Amino acid sequence: MTHKLNHRLLLGDWLVIIASVVSIIFMFLQFWSFEQASKLKIRQGNQIIGTYDLNQTRDLHVHGALGDALISISQGKVRFKQSPCNNQYCVHQGWLSHAGEVAICLPNQISLHLIGVKSNYDSLNY
Amino acid sequence: MTHLTTKFKPSKSKTIKSKAIKTNSEDFHIAKLTALAIGLHMIEAVIPSPLPGVKPGVANIVTLFVLYQYGFATAAWVSLLRVFASSLLLGQFLSPTFLLSLSGALLSLGALYVAQYLPKKYFSAISLSILAAFAHIAGQLIIVRLWLIPHTGIVYLIPIFALAALVFGLINGLITAKLIKNH
Repeated sequence: MTHKLNHRLLLGDWLVIIASVVSIIFMFLQFWSFEQASKLKIRQGNQIIGTYDLNQTRDLHVHGALGDALISISQGKVRFKQSPCNNQYCVHQGWLSHAGEVAICLPNQISLHLIGVKSNYDSLNY
Repeated sequence: MTHLTTKFKPSKSKTIKSKAIKTNSEDFHIAKLTALAIGLHMIEAVIPSPLPGVKPGVANIVTLFVLYQYGFATAAWVSLLRVFASSLLLGQFLSPTFLLSLSGALLSLGALYVAQYLPKKYFSAISLSILAAFAHIAGQLIIVRLWLIPHTGIVYLIPIFALAALVFGLINGLITAKLIKNH
């Protein structure tokens, strides 16, 4: 008696398996792809400071509630470089590059929102 | 008027009143097979899963085997009785776990009902097992999305669950095919 199990696979079984594998790969590509952000929106308090293109290298000084924060844009990514806040959470968050990502400095009341080509789900306001 | 009276006349009341529930050999078949499925379900319940929600679903081997040997109606009985009885034994009746199990079983049965008409020459139990596994996970994800985690974030889990469904559906299908052949 053989313990081979693969001799039972028929043509239709192979079709089902191949179709499943293809659709699973498609699902991984569809749901696990993270769009690169193209624009950066900076908010201070209740006003929008401005919207900037991410495809540049530039340092921005934004005046917040505590003092000046240095925000650094570098070819598709952005970070808080310096901040006058105590805990420095915003600086430690590091570089952001995907659409929908957000860095918020609560003490200084400055936030960075990354925006893609198509607008992503806004889980903060939704 | 005469039409109405004949319609509401309880013609079979005598037989219903005088007889207790009568069981036939098919009921015993269903009971035996369901007991087997419950046993497998229990074993699986104590095995820790690497990822919450991902389980091999070995009890579906019984459902599939019954579908081939006794037809769809018996398979549906075995599957649903297994879901209810197992949840009672595990103390999960009417809990989220039970509802996930039930919705999975219902969609799985729906898929099997359609898939049983696939030509047997090309599609074996393996195809049916994979399709049922996909339907099972779809049923569970619908409940998760509608009730447990009403957030779009669960789409990230879909590929992982689909992959698990394919792997375990394939393995269960191979085992079922082997069982049918040796029966």
